[in-house]
Amino acid sequence: MDKIIYFDNSSTTKPCETAIKYLNEALTANWGNPSSLHSLGLAAEQEVFLARKAVADTICATPEEIYFTSGGTEANNLAIMGAVSALKKRGNRIVTTTIEHPSVLEVMKKLQNDGFDVVYLAPDKNGVVGVDDINNAINKNTILVSIMLVNNETGAVQPIKAAAEAIKKSGAPALLHADCVQAFGKMQIDVNKLCVDLLSISGHKIHGPKGIGALFKRKQKNIHPLILGGGQEKGLRAGTENVPLICSLRGAIEEIGNINHNLSLLKELNSYARQKICESLPEASFNSNEACLPYILNFSLNTHRSETILHYLDANNIFISSGSACAKGQKSHVMTAMGLENRRIDSALRLSFNRYNTKQEIDRFCEVLKNACATLRKA
Amino acid sequence: MKEIILIKNGELVLKGLNRNTFEDVLVKNIKKHISKYGNYTLKRAQSTIFIEPTDDDFEFEKALAAVGKVFGIAGYSRACVCEKNMQDIIDNAKVYLENVLSGAKTFKVEAKRSDKTFPLKSPEICYELGGQLLAKFPHLKVDVHNPDVVVTVEVRDYSAYIRANQLHGAGGLPVGTAGRAAILISGGIDSPVAAWCMAKRGLELNAIHFASPPYTSPRAELKVRQLLEKVAAYSGTIRLGVVPFTEIQQEIADKCPEEFFTLIMRRMMMRISERLAAERNCLALITGESLGQVASQTLPALAVTDNVVNMPVLRPLIGMDKEEIVIISRKIDTFDISIQPYEDCCTVFTPKHPKTRPTIAQCIEAEEALGIDELIERAVSGTVYSYID
Repeated sequence: MDKIIYFDNSSTTKPCETAIKYLNEALTANWGNPSSLHSLGLAAEQEVFLARKAVADTICATPEEIYFTSGGTEANNLAIMGAVSALKKRGNRIVTTTIEHPSVLEVMKKLQNDGFDVVYLAPDKNGVVGVDDINNAINKNTILVSIMLVNNETGAVQPIKAAAEAIKKSGAPALLHADCVQAFGKMQIDVNKLCVDLLSISGHKIHGPKGIGALFKRKQKNIHPLILGGGQEKGLRAGTENVPLICSLRGAIEEIGNINHNLSLLKELNSYARQKICESLPEASFNSNEACLPYILNFSLNTHRSETILHYLDANNIFISSGSACAKGQKSHVMTAMGLENRRIDSALRLSFNRYNTKQEIDRFCEVLKNACATLRKA
Repeated sequence: MKEIILIKNGELVLKGLNRNTFEDVLVKNIKKHISKYGNYTLKRAQSTIFIEPTDDDFEFEKALAAVGKVFGIAGYSRACVCEKNMQDIIDNAKVYLENVLSGAKTFKVEAKRSDKTFPLKSPEICYELGGQLLAKFPHLKVDVHNPDVVVTVEVRDYSAYIRANQLHGAGGLPVGTAGRAAILISGGIDSPVAAWCMAKRGLELNAIHFASPPYTSPRAELKVRQLLEKVAAYSGTIRLGVVPFTEIQQEIADKCPEEFFTLIMRRMMMRISERLAAERNCLALITGESLGQVASQTLPALAVTDNVVNMPVLRPLIGMDKEEIVIISRKIDTFDISIQPYEDCCTVFTPKHPKTRPTIAQCIEAEEALGIDELIERAVSGTVYSYID
């Protein structure tokens, strides 16, 4: 059997050795409750602090601005619901995009039902939201702007900075939230340069474990908690700290190494993949352009249904994601928002790489994909 | 206090000389359904079956729920065992019925005295026990026409039994008494319901599923297994054959006119199913078709699919609306599994404009280019079997 080729790293990643090692250590040796006054508790608290610092350092924040959550979804929920709850007396408008992750969009839907004026910005055909649209949408009644840094389906990078400037210009009380689940650890993020107040990250997209994430909240800004209890995470997220997963997240961060170096490797891998796909499948069209984060490459075969190709590759130990769900399911809301035609949406494939993927794997992928297209009946 | 399960046989009591055979199968089926819940003894008397736990480890609630899914049972209930004297009956009833009577507004007492040596006659038992219960639960009123709770006292040979309202059994006939048939199961809403309907009429089930990887998802097959588990809770073990169908679908797509894709696919499925069914001594095929629901379920379409097999094709849903089918699928708990959106073999290569009034001659012509016998042979020999229960 061939070695597996895993190109589905935006769904989840394989936990790295350091992440597993730290998880194991915390479960076996360092199992105290950080809130306990005795030395076992203190030891656990120190480990949690080191992890907090590791997250903070990656995004140029301070450790006290990091709040651990159960993952990206909870971080997004906490950021949005928490900000709106704190600011609801100062305005009614919320600005977001049509291409956010469901953990943002579903919260927005609820807030809309509750009476908030939610403005959804649509992307252009490259999957990027326009700066003019952002400027026009933000008025002085705006209390929250939530825009993802990197889109999970296409890798398109959104102009967050423009939103920060628009908020400043409008004099709105708005907080700026960025869902950085797909960007964290993969590109340089500086919370001060991005000028964000809230920023969500997740552990399992960077070779860490599932079930752990974090929210950055700027020190001077205030939001309300969703989960109340024993006052952990400075009262913003109660519940005994998930020490093993927090430690494991730190392990994953330590193993990232140099983000810029990784990024340049990925740029090379991504353009190699583009070139190989063009050569072997001339009918393919790319849904991610060159400006997208190179960790994600979305393209459409235009000839075969995504799911059929996915299963064919699966049978050959190659794992990717379909750009959209199957015929009976929902079409990708991102590609629909980009205005792509149905044929292209139904045949979209998403490759999402990690820093360990190789050109040989791309070669093998293209070879099997070419075989798939030759054997499978067109739909 | 000792609690037992009382089971009233269903329709099979109407059987004449075969009645004992039917009852034997029912008892065997009940044992299969509840034996995993612990040790018990089973007694039969006068179209009633008594399940009596022999120790405290018996999982009574689970066994009771399992009995509710055995076909051939009209009604069942939990009952308290008492000594055959009025004082013991009254003492036990006051305690045993406390929960159900405190939640009720009206009640009545019924008595059945099959032991005619018992000193009180049935109306006297009712009068005596009813009076005592009224004294203990003063909020109650007697309503002999439409009571919330009917308290039944049965005085039998060895003991007396007290029970509150009887629960509806699954009805039908004991699985196996009608023979064996094979259900063609896709993963949609209809086929598990069709399987359940026919198991209810006493058929033992085999199942046949067609898989077309990579056009269909492995999750579609998993879904079929989950659906069959739900059906098997009623029908008992089901033997599932998964038929490799990719080659046939590709051949149809390559060699046949598009408007006939689905019809020819159905005809191939029927041919293969008949082969597999006959190997297992099944006497019929079962499908979940409902007249006119989709293009392949018009009367002319059903005629051309039936034309390729000699076995009877049972279609229990043929006269039902989708809504009626959904009601059953919710009742047997298959609905939520059925609606998971995975591709199955019926959704790939669907023609844009399917033929709704095909003739047999047209179908024969349309499938002319297929090597039907070899295709069937390969599909049959590649079929993989497993048991689901």
